Amino acid sequence: MSEGFAPPVDKVPRGLLLLLLVPGLFALVVTFLLPILWLFRASFATSAVKALSGSDWSLEAYREVLLDTFYWQVAWNTLILGVSVAAIAVILSFPIALFLVRTQSRWQGVLTALAVAPLLTSSVVRTYGWMVLLGDRGVINSTLQAMSLTSGPIRLANSSFGATVALVEILMPYAILAMLSGFGRLNAQLEEAATVLGANRFRVFSRIILPLSLPGVLTAALLVFVLAISAYVTPRLIGGGRVFVLGTEVFNEATVTLNWPLAAALSMLLLVLFSSVIVIYQRALRALDT
Amino acid sequence: MESSVIRGQIAWRGLIMLLYLFLLAPIIIVLIVSFDTRQYLAFPPESVSFGSYVKVFQNAKFISAFGRSLLIGIIVGIVAVASGMLLSLSLTRHQFRGKGALNFLVLAPFLVPHIVLAVGIMLVLAPIALLDTYAGIVLAHLGITIPYTVRTIMASLMAVDRRVEEAALVHGAPPLRVFWRITLPLVRPGLISGAVIAFLISFDEATISLFIVSVRSSTLPTEIYRYLEHSTDPQIAALSVILILISIGVVALVERLVGLRRAL
Repeated sequence: MSEGFAPPVDKVPRGLLLLLLVPGLFALVVTFLLPILWLFRASFATSAVKALSGSDWSLEAYREVLLDTFYWQVAWNTLILGVSVAAIAVILSFPIALFLVRTQSRWQGVLTALAVAPLLTSSVVRTYGWMVLLGDRGVINSTLQAMSLTSGPIRLANSSFGATVALVEILMPYAILAMLSGFGRLNAQLEEAATVLGANRFRVFSRIILPLSLPGVLTAALLVFVLAISAYVTPRLIGGGRVFVLGTEVFNEATVTLNWPLAAALSMLLLVLFSSVIVIYQRALRALDT
Repeated sequence: MESSVIRGQIAWRGLIMLLYLFLLAPIIIVLIVSFDTRQYLAFPPESVSFGSYVKVFQNAKFISAFGRSLLIGIIVGIVAVASGMLLSLSLTRHQFRGKGALNFLVLAPFLVPHIVLAVGIMLVLAPIALLDTYAGIVLAHLGITIPYTVRTIMASLMAVDRRVEEAALVHGAPPLRVFWRITLPLVRPGLISGAVIAFLISFDEATISLFIVSVRSSTLPTEIYRYLEHSTDPQIAALSVILILISIGVVALVERLVGLRRAL
């Protein structure tokens, strides 16, 4: 089809184009652009109300965050939680994704849906499931006691261990999805060729499967990490007030203490942590390509 | 040699089954506990009864929150698809200045942690008195769902064979009729899956909602969250099972209509 035959829909008047853009643009500006700008502004105010007047600039909130060793600890906890959840979720999701890409089963569709469907139940509901599993009188503890392996309950919930386990499970479907779309380069014939030429299974995995799937694995790790460091519902409910991460502290300052500048400053800290990981990720991807 | 291959196969199958079990464990456990009626969290259930389900349906708070979540989800689904359709049309069919910026703006909410967005949205909604209102929640949910609807609709729009539209135009159909009779029916799968995804995200959303709702407009996930802060009795399990069944119903519908992999 030649360019000269472009249909008239391409030459819409400005007015119509504006009409097309305005509703969605309005929603995105109000719920994305303004919030980010306002967050930045409020983090430099002494109170969110005063920030409206425009003249109230202060570093108070940042001073509070950076001089308090508690927040350094919180940032460290967040990083540890994010890294361990990402690592474990990727390791556990890898076999499932590989299986789903490979399988010839006529259940492939159902199995894929089963692996991804947990995404479609609220994370609050799945956190509750883990509270039932890990609680002091929960499934695991009562089983252990019934088998008289332990005398009292072991602390599984109300700890960062519980938060890690629950987050791994809650975020695994994201990792599986990311890997499924990133595993396109995997090719069973290549592996067969390597096997025929005498490579053992370990060598096939380390020299063929792993390098070819690395981009998908990296994307999955990034996605899980990002979602894990910004989680607060799961750490708060499972942690029972004993797990302190940036998410729980932001929620606490914003809705309980009502110190909005501090909540804003902590959110900015989270954004910085988040952006530095994105930069590292892009470096890693570029390094893979060369 | 043969037997080692078979043993490897069995080990591999076993590993996959264990991983699936882990992935589905909380949902299975919730299902079992939902048939218990004791006031505290315990396992296994003493007896099997539907007592907790009855209690959920008698809980006025849950029922009204469910109604609100449903209403908000439906409004969000419709508005997100309508505005997403308009945005996708301008992004796929037209050249204009600032298109790159718009493309970025549409995808950017994917890149920002929801808790950060939540604080920002709370700060924006507070001075204009939209905290704890339907309008406030719908707006907040639109911001996080429009990127999804734009993505699915743009994919369907790009798959449309433009020669069909051109043929209709050449034969004298007015552009608006071409849109209604040809373009719209062709992208209907994208519209449906976009609406369903937007509805499900809004219906399950807790992170942002918890920052901007309190009593008047609390949604079901926020109501469950508040309940869980104080007690963990099987009522929540029964309610969870109901919610999971709703999700499965909706997912089955999408699978029927367009296929799940394509929708996600």
